Amino acid sequence: MAAANMTAGQDRRAVAAGQITAGVILLAALLALASVGYHAVERVRDTPVVAFIGEHPLLNAFAKSFIVANFVTLHVLFLIWWERKFAGWMQARLGPKHVGWNGLAQTVADAVKLLLKEDIIPAKADGRLFVIAPFLVFMPTLLTFMVLPFSASWVGYNFGLGALFALAVSTNVSLGILAAGWGANNKYSLLGGARACAQVLAYEVPLAITVLAVVAVSGTVSLVDIGAQQSRWWNIVAHAPVMIPAFVLFLICALAELNRTPFDLPEAESELVSGFHTEYSGMRFAFFYLAEFANNFFMAGLAVTLFFGGWFGPLLPGPVWFTIKTVGLVTAMMWIRWTVPRFRVDQMMGFCWKVLVPASLVVFCASALWGMWVQR
Amino acid sequence: MAGSEAAQVRLEPDGGMTVNLGPQPPSTHGVLRLMVQLDGEYVRSCEPVIGYLHRGLERMFEARPYRQLVPFTDRLDYLASLNCNLAMSQAIERLGSVAVPERAQYIRVILCELNRLASHLVFFGTFAQDVGATTAFLYAFRERERILDLLEAMTGARLTYNWIRPGGVPADLPEGFAEGVLSFVRDLLKELPLYDRLLTNNPIFRMRTEGVGVISRDVAVAFGASGPVARGSGLSYDIRKTEPYEVYDRLDFDVPVYDEGDCMARYRVRMDEMCQSARILEQCFRDLPEGDIATKMPKVFRPPAGDAYSRTESPRGELSVYMRSDGSPNPQRVHVRAPSFVHLSMLPCLLRGVKLADVIAILGSLDTVLGEVDR
Repeated sequence: MAAANMTAGQDRRAVAAGQITAGVILLAALLALASVGYHAVERVRDTPVVAFIGEHPLLNAFAKSFIVANFVTLHVLFLIWWERKFAGWMQARLGPKHVGWNGLAQTVADAVKLLLKEDIIPAKADGRLFVIAPFLVFMPTLLTFMVLPFSASWVGYNFGLGALFALAVSTNVSLGILAAGWGANNKYSLLGGARACAQVLAYEVPLAITVLAVVAVSGTVSLVDIGAQQSRWWNIVAHAPVMIPAFVLFLICALAELNRTPFDLPEAESELVSGFHTEYSGMRFAFFYLAEFANNFFMAGLAVTLFFGGWFGPLLPGPVWFTIKTVGLVTAMMWIRWTVPRFRVDQMMGFCWKVLVPASLVVFCASALWGMWVQR
Repeated sequence: MAGSEAAQVRLEPDGGMTVNLGPQPPSTHGVLRLMVQLDGEYVRSCEPVIGYLHRGLERMFEARPYRQLVPFTDRLDYLASLNCNLAMSQAIERLGSVAVPERAQYIRVILCELNRLASHLVFFGTFAQDVGATTAFLYAFRERERILDLLEAMTGARLTYNWIRPGGVPADLPEGFAEGVLSFVRDLLKELPLYDRLLTNNPIFRMRTEGVGVISRDVAVAFGASGPVARGSGLSYDIRKTEPYEVYDRLDFDVPVYDEGDCMARYRVRMDEMCQSARILEQCFRDLPEGDIATKMPKVFRPPAGDAYSRTESPRGELSVYMRSDGSPNPQRVHVRAPSFVHLSMLPCLLRGVKLADVIAILGSLDTVLGEVDR
């Protein structure tokens, strides 16, 4: 008995060590693959067919949308697996293990299951709103990825007002959430939708102000230009006195925007079942999930572009570096998610208006002064 | 598609909304239904609806001979069934003036304290989950798993043990049990500070629990609160001290008391109690005497006419059994005083004016078990 108890701990440690080794090997393989892929794609770029598509505006737009849409959908499969695995390690369990190597195909299996499920629309729901809500949530996510620079040339659309565009579009998620909350005709959904809307709108304010702080330091609103400026020093290093507080504020607001713990009140499972998507199942539910994880990647990517030197890094190609940094930041968000409890709704709002908004204004003013000083 | 003619969520004339929390959602512990009148996020009033788990246990007790009663008590407080076994066995023993051997008494205390630890670990995990922290739950259950393994080695069961019976216990401790418990206790005492770092000292956790669901000392007395709920409200009231049973009077342990009366105070009482239970376990194994493990009970047990009342300190509070005999093989009347039931009756008073999220936190901090409430 006692021996069994003791070996349990050793087994656990051995298993954890095995998992970590497997993860490191997987990561190295992924990086090698990504680098090879990058060079292959760069070579394909020069072929006449691709050049023709690149010059034709309509084909160009179509091809880019196709790539972005597929990236958004497919990278989530990996992110969900990674979140499950990471949460498993944090919680002294193994995470997915059975479908595919180390459960890598678990998300695929789940996606197939969700696709095959019956499409249920509750009898008393507002049918049109109920049907359209998942797409209202997913569309802004898709759009934001258009301006996310994976490198100076790997960007859907090099938009002069990239940062503002991203913020403006991502706010529209709240519209879809409200539609889902109202359309489902369920009290939990309604409460969740109302919470989500209030939260996203409130935290949008300090989020925008912190992004403006970066803009004040960089002197440009284009995400590509902000990234390109950090070829030598990352913003968070070069402008540390103002950028470190700005990043902390940005991270908090991003967590709230993403409805992730400690700001997961809209889907607080202990009181609201699962909030605004209580009534959703099958593919409609999958779209909410997809949007949640894709948003996560986008917010982390935005933070990487604004604070962590975008695509710059030694040895590996730009897009690979960008992805590594972004996944790292996403992991940090998961770490927070699986550690802390949830705020209460009044504490959440009070924290935003009484702490974050004033703090972000101070950081913004400081950044503006810092920017003037640096440029002089 | 119902389209535009869809009936929308019904609001009451004054803009309020009635939400049923339970009996299905995972938030309410067990099959409890809370009819909550909401005004936005604020709770106007709350009415707990119980009875979904009613099995008529007290009536069933009357229809069975005394020695068949204990297995039913496993289904009272299923998170601490040994403590329920003890309350019932004690009542039967007092009715028939049966003396229990000393070794059996020590074993009973060991079993009860192990079960108390398991129950408090479940509380720690579920309470963390109630306020939104998911990871603590897994850690708590990892430790609880070891208790269940130990109890399984002893009793063969992992939840409904049926191992404290009138007269003593059915079998002696298995080989290696003492070492297993002591090594577990050592590990647990190392783990508890980690729990504090993970959860207790977390600012968000403190914001969610401090000053929430305050039960004043007077209210606690008025409602008859007991156990950690009473001790979180500044009442130093523990049956193990005020009316010692088994060998608790020979054991050295403290009764943690906090004066705040909020969710945090109740949480802290339970966390401190885990340390005290660990102390009790260590002392029990140090002092465990040799000897019999049970007094022989007759096949058909006919206690003389009269009544008996056994009070015990279960992890949830004062768990008492009242039993009356008319001299026949079956008890004439059995009543179980369940602490969860008493604590649940405080809910309407506690929940008035709090936020919706606090409902779950307060309910979690009372640590009710519906098997015991509904009986």
